[in-house]
Amino acid sequence: MARIVVDPITRIEGHLRIEAVVENGVITDAFSAGTMVRGMEIILKGRDPRDAWAFCERVCGVCTTVHALASVRSVEDALGIKVPPTAELIRNIMLTTQYIQDHVVHFYHLQALDWVDVVNALKADPKKTAELAQSYSSWSKNTPGYFADVQNQVKKLAASGLGIFANGYWGNPAYKLPPEANLLAVAHYLDALAWQKEIVKIHAVFGGKNPHPNYLVGGMPCSIDINEVAAINSERLNLVASLIDQAQEFVTQVYIPDVLTIASFYKDWSKYGGGLTNYLSYGEFPTRGYNDPDAFKIPRGVVLNRDLSTVHPVNTHDSQEIKEYITSSWYTYTEGDSAGLQPWKGETHLNYTGPKPPFTSLEGFEKYSFLKTPRWKDQAMEVGPLSRMIVGYAAGRSDVKEVVTAALGKLNVPTEALFSTLGRTAARALDAELAMSYLREFYDDLMTRVKSGDVSTFNGEMWDPKSWPQDAEGVGMVEAPRGALAHWIKIHDGAIENYQLVVPTTWNGSPRDAKGQRSSFEQALIGNPVGNLDQPLEILRTIHSFDPCMACAVHLYDPQGRHLHQVSFE
Amino acid sequence: MGQTIWQSMQQKGYSRREFLQFCSAAAAMAGLSQSSIGQVVSAFETQTRPAVVWMHFQECTCCSESFIRASHPTVADVLFDVLSLNYTETLMAPAGFQAEKSLEDTIRDQAGKYIVLVEGSVPLAADGVYCMVGGKSAEAILQTVAKDAAAVVAWGNCASNGCVQSAKPNPTQATPIHKLVDKPVINVPGCPPIADVMMGIVTHLLVVGETPELDDTGRPREFYGRRVHDTCYRRANYDAGLFVEAWDDENARKGYCLFKMGCRGPVTYNACAVVKWNEGTSYPIQSGHGCIGCSEAGFWDNEPFYQHLPEVPGFGIESTADKVGGTLGLVTLAGVATHAVLTNIRKKSVIAEQHRDDPKE
Repeated sequence: MARIVVDPITRIEGHLRIEAVVENGVITDAFSAGTMVRGMEIILKGRDPRDAWAFCERVCGVCTTVHALASVRSVEDALGIKVPPTAELIRNIMLTTQYIQDHVVHFYHLQALDWVDVVNALKADPKKTAELAQSYSSWSKNTPGYFADVQNQVKKLAASGLGIFANGYWGNPAYKLPPEANLLAVAHYLDALAWQKEIVKIHAVFGGKNPHPNYLVGGMPCSIDINEVAAINSERLNLVASLIDQAQEFVTQVYIPDVLTIASFYKDWSKYGGGLTNYLSYGEFPTRGYNDPDAFKIPRGVVLNRDLSTVHPVNTHDSQEIKEYITSSWYTYTEGDSAGLQPWKGETHLNYTGPKPPFTSLEGFEKYSFLKTPRWKDQAMEVGPLSRMIVGYAAGRSDVKEVVTAALGKLNVPTEALFSTLGRTAARALDAELAMSYLREFYDDLMTRVKSGDVSTFNGEMWDPKSWPQDAEGVGMVEAPRGALAHWIKIHDGAIENYQLVVPTTWNGSPRDAKGQRSSFEQALIGNPVGNLDQPLEILRTIHSFDPCMACAVHLYDPQGRHLHQVSFE
Repeated sequence: MGQTIWQSMQQKGYSRREFLQFCSAAAAMAGLSQSSIGQVVSAFETQTRPAVVWMHFQECTCCSESFIRASHPTVADVLFDVLSLNYTETLMAPAGFQAEKSLEDTIRDQAGKYIVLVEGSVPLAADGVYCMVGGKSAEAILQTVAKDAAAVVAWGNCASNGCVQSAKPNPTQATPIHKLVDKPVINVPGCPPIADVMMGIVTHLLVVGETPELDDTGRPREFYGRRVHDTCYRRANYDAGLFVEAWDDENARKGYCLFKMGCRGPVTYNACAVVKWNEGTSYPIQSGHGCIGCSEAGFWDNEPFYQHLPEVPGFGIESTADKVGGTLGLVTLAGVATHAVLTNIRKKSVIAEQHRDDPKE
C-alpha cells in the first residue's frame, strides 16, 4: 500500500492537493484538499449590494462572468427586480460565449496533455495526419504542410528546452494515441489558443473587457441604438455575428471531432471515474424571465442513483434542501462540527488544524481542506456538464437526447459509458455544441428585438436603495460551465448583511461530510488504475475531467473565529 | 536552450523582413522609438529564450487568462519563440513533484538569469497557511524563487496592491509582492492587466534587457502614465457638461460621459482608453459602464462604485484631475487605517447618506 501526494495539481484554476491510497496498482481511497483561501464573503459585508457583482466576479478569472451574473441575480431575486428581455438576451449571449470558450480551453490547454503525448507527435507523418483530420473534418487548415510546420515548431522547442511541456509524462504507456493523432492534437492546441482570444471579444462588446466584463443589477450597462456611433450599433452587432460564425466553425470542425477521435482510443476510460450516482443542475438560459424555469434551455433538477426515469425538483430557497458541512474542513460551527447549515444561516469561522507548513502529508488529520462540503437533502451531488446532460436526458429534452445518442453511436459505447471519466469529458463537448446552438438563437432573438426597436437594457425601478425594504434576502443561481452555482444574499438597511457562495467545485471537490460520504473527486478516483506511482497520469485524467476551479471553491473565512451573524454593523 | 530568437524564427521559415516586422511590433509594444529598433534586433539576435517562471498565489487566474488573450505577439509565438516558460501551474504538463522539479531546475540552472512573474498576493496571517502549494507557504516559495531572479514582475492588482482579498478587513493579511521581496518589482496593476500591455512589458524586459521606466509606485510609465479620464474618447462630453444621468437613458445611448454614474476614470492610471481590451475591441466606458479603477491601490475600498466622485470634499466638475487624485488618495489612506467594523459603519453611513442626498431624487 502506498499513499501518493499530488500537489500542485496543475492545469486547473487554483490550488488543489490530492492524496491517494494505492493498493496493487488501484486507488482504494482518496483525499481532496483545497489549500488557498481569501475571505471574499467577509469582505462583502456592509457594502452596497449593487457593487457585489464586481467583488464576486473576482472569485474567478477562468469562470469570469458567472459569479457576476449569480450576484446580480441574487440582488434581483431579493428585491423582486425583473430584467428587461433584451438584457436577458445579452446575458445569455455572454454566458453561452463563456461556456464555449471555457470548454474549448479546458479540453486543449488544461486536459489534453493527460491524453496527448506531445513528444510522440514528432514521430508522426504529416501527410497521414492530414488524412486522419480530413476523414472527419473539412477544416481548411488540416493540410500536410500545416502539420509539418507544427511538427517543426515542436522539434525546435524540444531542442531548446520544452518550457511548459518539460518534465511531462511523455512516453508513459498509458498514452495510447498514434503519433498522427498526437500531432493533430498539438496543432489544434495551438489553434485553440489563437481562437479563444477571438470569441471573448463578444464579452468586450457588451461588457467592455475580458476577463471580467461589466454587469449591472437590473440589466446590462451597455445601450443599444443602431443610429448612434457610441452605442451597440450595426457594426458591433456584425462583429458579434462574425465571432459566432467563427466559433461555430471551430466547435463543429475542430473541437467536437477531436474529442470524439481522441476518446475512441481511450474507451477503457469509460470504466473508470464514474464516482457519485447523483446529479444536480440548476438549469440555465431563461427565455421568459428567470422566474420561469420551465422555459429554460437547460432544465433544473436532480437525478438520484442514475435513475433516468425521475427528475426531482430543486428549491434553493428551501431551508432544508441545501446545507453546508464542515466536519472535514478547517472551520468550526457553534452547534458542533457535525451540523449542516443552510447558506442564509451560514456561519463561518476558520480553524486551521492542519500541519504547519512545510509539511509532507495530511494523513491522520480529520480536517484537511478549506472547502466546505455542500449537500442536497444530505446527499452528495456531482455538478457540471455531465449532470446537465443527465438531467436533460432524464427530463426528455430532445436536443440533449440527440447529441448524446449521436456521440454514443459514434464511439459505439453503451449509455452507461456516460458515467465515467470519458463520459464526463465527452459531455463537456456536447454541452459546448448545445451552447453553440443556443448562442446563435439568442443572437437571432436579439436582432429581432433590435428590428422591433424594443431594446431597453435596464430596469431602474429598484435602483435607488430608498425603494428597498429594510430587510430582503435572495438567491442568485447560475448553471455555470463547471456546474451549479448559487449566491445567497441578505440585505439589511441597504447594505449586505450576509453573503454566501456555494460553487461547482465546492460540490465536486469538497472533503467528506458528517456521515463520511465522499464528494465527487474523491469518489471518482476510487478504482482508478495507477500504472506508475511516480507519474500520476490517471489521477490527473479523472480530476481534470471535472475541470476543477479552486479559487471559486474556497472563499470563506473569518479570521477571529467570530460568528458572523452576530457581528453588529450598527 | 541555446537558440536565439532570430535563429528560431529563421527555422520556422520567417524571412528577415518578417523578423524585422516582428521586432518593430515588439518595439512598438515596448514603447520604443523607431530609432531603437536596431537595439531590438540585436537583442533578439543574440539572446536565447530566457527562462521565465510564473508563480500563482492568492489569485483568480484572471491575469493568466488575460495573458493568453494577447494578440501582438500571440501567446503561442511567445511560448515557442520568445521565452521558455518553465513553470506555471495553469498550463504546464507535469503535476506534483515533477512540476516542482521544473521550478527547482530553473532556479538552480538559471540562477541570476530567470524572470519571475507573480500572479496573486501572499497571505501573511497564521504562518501562511491560507495559501500553500506542495505543503509550503506562498511566502516561503516566493522568497526561494525571488532570491536569484534577474527581475520580478507583479502581474495584476493582487501582486501589485493586494486587490480584492486585501479589501477591508483583509482577513488573510494579503500582501503585495513589493512589500516582501528585497529587490525592485515591476508592478503591472489592473484586474486583470490588459493582455497586450502584459506582452509589451515582457517584450520590453526581454528585448531591452532592462526594466522599463517606472513611476514612483513601480508602474511602467508607458502604460500607467496617463489617466483613463485624460485619454477617454468621452472626455469632450465631460468638458461640455454632457452626462449620462441614468443607465440606458437617452444620454447613455449617445455616449455621454459616465462621470455621474460613478466612473473612476479621473483617478485611474491605465491604458484602457488607448490600447483598449481584446485586440482593441472596447473598454469598459465604451461599453457603457464606468471605470471602477481596477489598476489603483485600494480601489475596492473606494466604493460604493455608483456613487460619483463629487462626494469627495473639494471635488467639483471644474476641478482638475490632479486635485481629485490627491484628495481621493487622502481618503483612501484614512480608510486603510480604519478598523474593520468601523469601516463597515462608515460604508453603511456613506451609502445611507448617498440615498438621502442623491440629487436625482
